[in-house]
Amino acid sequence: MTEKSFFRRSAIGIVFFWITLFVLIPNLLVIICSFLERDPAHFIRFVFSTESYRNLFAAVFFRIFLNSFKNAFIATLVCLLLSYPFAILLCRVRPSLRRYLLVLIIIPFWTSSLIRTYALVILLKGNGILNSLLMGAGLIREPLQILYSDFAVFCGLVYTLLPFMILPLYGNIEKLDIRMVEAAFDLGASRMQTFFRIILPLTMPGIIAGSILVFLPALGLFYIPDILGGAKSMLIGNFIRDQFLTARDWPFGAAASVILTAVMGFMLLAYYYSLKRFNAKLME
Amino acid sequence: MTQVVVRLENIAKHYDDQIAVENLHLDIFAGEFLTLLGPSGCGKTTILRLIAGFEMPDSGNIFIGGVRVNDLAPNQRDVNTVFQSYALFPHMDVFDNVAFGLKIRGLKNREVFTRVTEVLEMVRLKGLEKRSVTQLSGGQQQRVAFARAVVNEPLVLLLDEPLSALDYRLRKEMQLELKRYQRKLGITFIFVTHDQEEAMTMSDRIIVMNQGRAEQVGTPKEIYEEPVNLFVANFIGEINIFDGFVVEIGSERLSTRMEGHMFHLLNRRGFQPGRKIRILLRPEDIQVHKTRPADYFPSLEGQVEELIYKGSTVDLQIRLASGKSVYVTEFFNEYAEDIFYSRGQQVWLRWFDGWEVILPDD
Ligand SMILES: Nc1ncnc2c1ncn2[C@@H]1O[C@H](COP(=O)(O)OP(=O)(O)OP(=O)(O)O)[C@@H](O)[C@H]1O
Ligand SMILES: [Mg+2]
Repeated sequence: MTEKSFFRRSAIGIVFFWITLFVLIPNLLVIICSFLERDPAHFIRFVFSTESYRNLFAAVFFRIFLNSFKNAFIATLVCLLLSYPFAILLCRVRPSLRRYLLVLIIIPFWTSSLIRTYALVILLKGNGILNSLLMGAGLIREPLQILYSDFAVFCGLVYTLLPFMILPLYGNIEKLDIRMVEAAFDLGASRMQTFFRIILPLTMPGIIAGSILVFLPALGLFYIPDILGGAKSMLIGNFIRDQFLTARDWPFGAAASVILTAVMGFMLLAYYYSLKRFNAKLME
Repeated sequence: MTQVVVRLENIAKHYDDQIAVENLHLDIFAGEFLTLLGPSGCGKTTILRLIAGFEMPDSGNIFIGGVRVNDLAPNQRDVNTVFQSYALFPHMDVFDNVAFGLKIRGLKNREVFTRVTEVLEMVRLKGLEKRSVTQLSGGQQQRVAFARAVVNEPLVLLLDEPLSALDYRLRKEMQLELKRYQRKLGITFIFVTHDQEEAMTMSDRIIVMNQGRAEQVGTPKEIYEEPVNLFVANFIGEINIFDGFVVEIGSERLSTRMEGHMFHLLNRRGFQPGRKIRILLRPEDIQVHKTRPADYFPSLEGQVEELIYKGSTVDLQIRLASGKSVYVTEFFNEYAEDIFYSRGQQVWLRWFDGWEVILPDD
């Protein structure tokens, strides 16, 4: 065995071990747990049951599920609408300024997003900075009730996840060949036509990648609705957390997270195939 | 061929402190094949971009079809471009690429189909309609780029070095093909190249550019046979340049000292005595004698230093007594006596009276 192949094998071995230990086994445990019975004293009882899954189809959970998707979808859409023009701008400014702006986007990653979410509370609360500013400017007389609303949750989600949309979009738009745009103009296309027929399709991989990077975490991030939405916003993330920590119904929480994981898996699969088809079109 | 389709009126354009085009005045006629020829960076692409509308001139006016277009965006000008790198849309197949301009103009599907099919047939791409443009060879991509532009039947077609990415044989083939399409369609072509041979074979008129200026405008023949300055003479084909000095002038001729001999040449430009001049001779205009000519007219004596047989011609490099190298091309034909030479052979050079070009030395 050569040194190189030894290194390769051990590297693969370590990765394999790592994935088995920290991904495969926990997920297996969750799946097994979701098919067991609840036991108030010991969390679970080792008896096969599909009760948890049956409970999932209750109207309450279905509403939470739907609501979470709606929220994540809106947050993704808002992120996309904010990021696209920003990414275009980023590609247009001179390179020195561009580097500076990119660093500004990355800086928030240096702080835990949990802490940044608490910082948002200070901004948004009744006697917080935002309300003080607005009242100081004479725009409002009473403090606005922003905190503990869906709006606050969206603010938190969009704020936290925006870089995950901007960066893939920027990467894609930067690679966009300006001559494509010129060719479209040359052939008589207006700005709108050029955007929808050339720029948008050519940046679709970036849009999809960014949307996935925003949508999936938006589904699962439980502390943002918790902190900013108060008790009002029950989303799938905090629902699962509550099943484990508060209601102590492990099988039920496990079943919900299995469903969530499965849905995410399907979406990634769909992304993978659409990308493969798109790339095949581009590359072959 | 007298109707002006594009008029450039005293156009100037600079980027930052870089002059790209300087005081250009040019009329382009309907149906002609005009070539912009010049070394890299001389402003050829800039002129096309000014006509297409991607750049604004600093001063001067641009007219297309008699209308001043300075303030019109590219999508409002009746010109189309074949880009150097083709700039095909990678997310569309061949048909959609070619149909793009027609669909934008809102043509009915039936008509789009008819016209695209017609053009694809012309450029021999029929059957590849559904092929992705990324799966085409260089020559095929070139044809798609061309088809995508001409299908719109523009007043003027701009082609920016469309053949430079192709290999030699394909390029030769496409040169003839483009020329044929141009005749068939009757569209005015403004063609950019830095390959003088390509310019000579394809063009009705050539503009030789240098550092943003038009050095000479004329037919390939005019430019080859009567270059107006040394830049043009050097840029187009091989040429031998001799230094001279006007000793005296007669009624029609001037007497000049050149390579140690006195020559009496036609004084077409009215040079005065004392003037330093350059005498230019094309390699194929020079005749080689194996023995000293018997008459009293002067000839240049030298030795064959290098000889290359090229099938239909033989290229000779001859070193004169002064040490100067002269390039001569001789053609094999039924009249030529034996044109086989050996290295080191003594030869005498002559040319037909009046075939030389005399330029001021400045
Ligand atoms: N966008 C630009 N910014 C700054 N300078 C430019 C720009 N485009 C062209 N130039 C400069 O203007 C001059 C003319 O450029 P242009 O592209 O027209 O040359 P060209 O004749 O097409 O050369 P080539 O044969 O290499 O394509 C060059 O000196 C070039 O450096
Ligand atoms: Mg160029």
